[in-house]
Amino acid sequence: MADNFNFELVSPERLLVSEQASEVVIPATEGEMTVMARHAPTMTTLKPGVVTVKSAAGKTAKYVVFGGFADISATGLTVLAESAVPATEFSTDALQARIDTARKELAAAQDHEKRNGIEEFLSELTQLHGAVIAG
Amino acid sequence: MPSLKDLKNRIASVKATQKITKAMKMVAAAKLRRAQEAAEAARPYSQRMGAVLANIAQTLGDDDSAPKLMTGTGKDDVHLLVVCTAERGLCGGFNSQIARAARDHARQLLRAGKTVKIFCVGKKGYDILRREFAPLIIEKKELRDVRKIGFENADAIGKRVIAMFEQGEFDVATLFYSEFKSVISQVPTALQLIPAAAPVAATADAGALYEYEPDAAAILNDLIPRNISVQIFRALLENVAGEMGAKMSAMDNASRNAGEMIHKLTLSYNRQRQAQITKELIEIISGAEAL
Repeated sequence: MADNFNFELVSPERLLVSEQASEVVIPATEGEMTVMARHAPTMTTLKPGVVTVKSAAGKTAKYVVFGGFADISATGLTVLAESAVPATEFSTDALQARIDTARKELAAAQDHEKRNGIEEFLSELTQLHGAVIAG
Repeated sequence: MPSLKDLKNRIASVKATQKITKAMKMVAAAKLRRAQEAAEAARPYSQRMGAVLANIAQTLGDDDSAPKLMTGTGKDDVHLLVVCTAERGLCGGFNSQIARAARDHARQLLRAGKTVKIFCVGKKGYDILRREFAPLIIEKKELRDVRKIGFENADAIGKRVIAMFEQGEFDVATLFYSEFKSVISQVPTALQLIPAAAPVAATADAGALYEYEPDAAAILNDLIPRNISVQIFRALLENVAGEMGAKMSAMDNASRNAGEMIHKLTLSYNRQRQAQITKELIEIISGAEAL
């Protein structure tokens, strides 16, 4: 049995989850990453995606996050998400709205670098959209 | 001397006012509780954010790669004052206190020969500052339609401020809001947003060996704008709590004043009624005596 560690999911509005977990998958910018106990201290940015938490009791919960940070330290994992929703409560409408605003931003963006950034964000969102629909 | 009927009307109207102020006080008390809860719920995020920032800042040290948002433009000629106030009045000196703090700061800067720009968040602050600094107000944002302030509202303001900074419209940004100390005390506070002062790491061992993905500078670049939004969010939440606290005590005072007034008016009403009765009695008696 794997060791457990402290997992916290925080959004600017509130502390969503604080529990013991055995395994957490986070959507890091450079690829998905599974965090287990005694992971090397790491700090990474997140892209929009799904955080999968396997709690100490063996239950699995999923949360949809839109960008943010993960801070893996000796004491545990803290995910600072810009916005986080339990996957069960997540509606594709909200995601669609975000995609639409991103598209508008893209149309309005002038300089090249910004366009690239938004395009990347947009593709991540669309991917997430596909993943959510697939369940 | 007002007539009996006038007095009666007056008492009725003051009573109606008192009912309203009492109701407003109760509404403010309920909203205050909710606002306090929201402010408390938001605390973990900003704390963790501060810790992470301190950590990275420590790792990077005085590296030149630090983003401009943190180091500033190297000048301090143009100042942006972001003034956050409430949307509604009837809350004592709450709005004017914040506006006064901003005004004093603006005057001081103007005297020193700096350029001042003002970004008003909230209608009341705009109304007050418009009198003196109308040409300096470059933007205003009303949150009147927002029932519950969410992070998106703060983020929109933060993004706007950062966009202005990137276009070189100002060098230093200061945020004005009211810190919620207690129900009866809200302290107007000025907080420097840009250049952001790096928070000092609370613990010595915070500088543990971290791996950064992508790299520390990239994370910092992503983190600082977010931190600005978080600061604004916190300020807005504190403001709501402060506004409700101020409103509660203002309405409490108003209800008490109305009570006093009712007491006084009732007294003179009764006195006059008695005088009239006495007058009528005297008329009857003297009429009888004359016969």
